[in-house]
Amino acid sequence: MNDLPMRPSRGFLTLLYKELLRFWKVSAQTIAAPVLTALLYLVIFSHVLSTHTKIHGVPYTAFLIPGLVMMSVLQNAFANTSSSLIQSKITGNLVFVLLPPISHNEFFSAYVLAAVARGFTVGAGVLLATIWFGSLNYAAPLWIGVFAILGGAIMATLGMLAGIWAEKYDQLAAFQNFLIMPLTFLSGVFYSIASLPSFWQSISRWNPVFYMIDGFRYGFFGVSDISPWHSLWVGLLSFTILAALTLHSLRRGYKLRD
Amino acid sequence: MITAAIRVEQVFKRFGTVQALNGVDLTIQPGEFFGLLGPNGAGKTTLISSIGGLSRPDAGRIEIMGCDVQANYRAARRQLGVVPQELVFDPFFSVRETLEIQAGYYGIDPSRARQAWIDEILESLDLTSKADANMRSLSGGMKRRVLVAQALVHRPPVIVLDEPTAGVDVELRQTLWQFVRRLNQEGHTIVLTTHYLEEAENLCGRIAMLKAGRIVALDTTRNLLSHFSSHSLRLHTQGDQPAQFGMTKEDVEGWWRFSFAQFDEIEPLLARIRTAGCVINELEIGKPDLESVFVRVMQDRACA
Ligand SMILES: Nc1ncnc2c1ncn2[C@@H]1O[C@H](COP(=O)(O)OP(=O)(O)OP(=O)(O)O)[C@@H](O)[C@H]1O
Ligand SMILES: [Mg+2]
Repeated sequence: MNDLPMRPSRGFLTLLYKELLRFWKVSAQTIAAPVLTALLYLVIFSHVLSTHTKIHGVPYTAFLIPGLVMMSVLQNAFANTSSSLIQSKITGNLVFVLLPPISHNEFFSAYVLAAVARGFTVGAGVLLATIWFGSLNYAAPLWIGVFAILGGAIMATLGMLAGIWAEKYDQLAAFQNFLIMPLTFLSGVFYSIASLPSFWQSISRWNPVFYMIDGFRYGFFGVSDISPWHSLWVGLLSFTILAALTLHSLRRGYKLRD
Repeated sequence: MITAAIRVEQVFKRFGTVQALNGVDLTIQPGEFFGLLGPNGAGKTTLISSIGGLSRPDAGRIEIMGCDVQANYRAARRQLGVVPQELVFDPFFSVRETLEIQAGYYGIDPSRARQAWIDEILESLDLTSKADANMRSLSGGMKRRVLVAQALVHRPPVIVLDEPTAGVDVELRQTLWQFVRRLNQEGHTIVLTTHYLEEAENLCGRIAMLKAGRIVALDTTRNLLSHFSSHSLRLHTQGDQPAQFGMTKEDVEGWWRFSFAQFDEIEPLLARIRTAGCVINELEIGKPDLESVFVRVMQDRACA
């Protein structure tokens, strides 16, 4: 009866493909809209602040661009996993991926990779749209890629946790408003934390997103508040902890297989 | 000993204060057409979810074709196709995309064989003309057909259908049963829940009745019918004479009922009624049916 060819990794590839297709099919909402938002931030903030400020010797507009790109990567990576999971849970079509022989690791990797891909796509869109407003250096392109991937993966994983935990849209919104927004806004997207009062500086040092944005910006200008190596370790550690928590939840079936 | 298609051993599952499954034991052999019946809330869907790995029992073991659904979940899930009770779908995709993606989840590569099989399923469920329609645009019955199709993309030897005919028109019911019967003849094990007891009676070789998380009856359909239900003779007469011969008066004026196991009990009865001078206007013979079995079983086990 089972005369059709079977391959174990196909399940993972299909789930990845399906997750990619899901955001691609509604790209006006998942890609174009966040690019436009970032562009508006840039136009408004740079207009208000550019004449006054230089940070690390970089004109404010140029300083802002990588911050906005990274913020878009992070927010969209989070949005992708969390909204995909909650939608599937609420509409009930999550059974389509819970019934097949897909392992916890495959499930996790497919969702996270697709979310990172969406983060990348939006990030690239934001870069393309804003690049004309200031001159960037690309001092260390490798770091740009490393932090974009790592930051995206961290937020995608956090999005998975939120999507697994939340049962309703307003719970997800609460997660987003009380955790994700503060984490991204108190991370030096719009400023260098060196310019903050020391209390807020020490708070920011507990925020992994700050390290991701700082490291990402290092890739463009070769200067940063923190050494990129230090930021890399913080990022890897954060990802490892979040991934372990998510995989544990998936293995236990927490809230997905009651 | 042959490996059971589904083996359920001492499965318990509680949701808050509700004991949804209360020690279920059940073995279904390969090739069976099996019916799982029970009133709303009996635990049918919970049992199916546990079999499909969608829900984790608090205690007990479940195997599909000898594979434990927890320890050996990959092998177990490959052998199983589940049609869920809820009408769920993914609004992002067309019918064909839905089926191709589902096949991919089971590790089937996008080969010609897969295409041919998907085309065959679409054809058998009368979905060919809707293949490229978006899921959102389909009617409820059409969505139900796609759910059935999705459960079959990987040709599972064991197929479980949770109320596949709820809200479905007569034509699809017939198409669907024809198709499921064919799958059964080809060797697939079929497990079915339905509230249409006539369907279950016609299709299922064996039936389990579930009530408040327990199996309260489990036997071949034929045995259930003969144990719990009997043939009945109904007469419409003038006069009250049938009462003398052990017939019971029905609610509708003039109708009398007599239950019997063997047909040779009828003739002497009719003879006596005739000689008593009673005029018979109408006569009906009722076959035993699952509905009366079901009602009896549920009443008998009311305090179980
Ligand atoms: N996720 C859940 N949370 C809480 N209670 C649940 C959950 N799932 C099922 N139940 C309860 O468990 C019991 C059995 O439900 P189940 O869905 O298995 O019944 P069923 O036999 O399929 O009924 P129906 O014929 O209506 O489909 C019910 O009392 C139901 O309310
Ligand atoms: Mg049910």
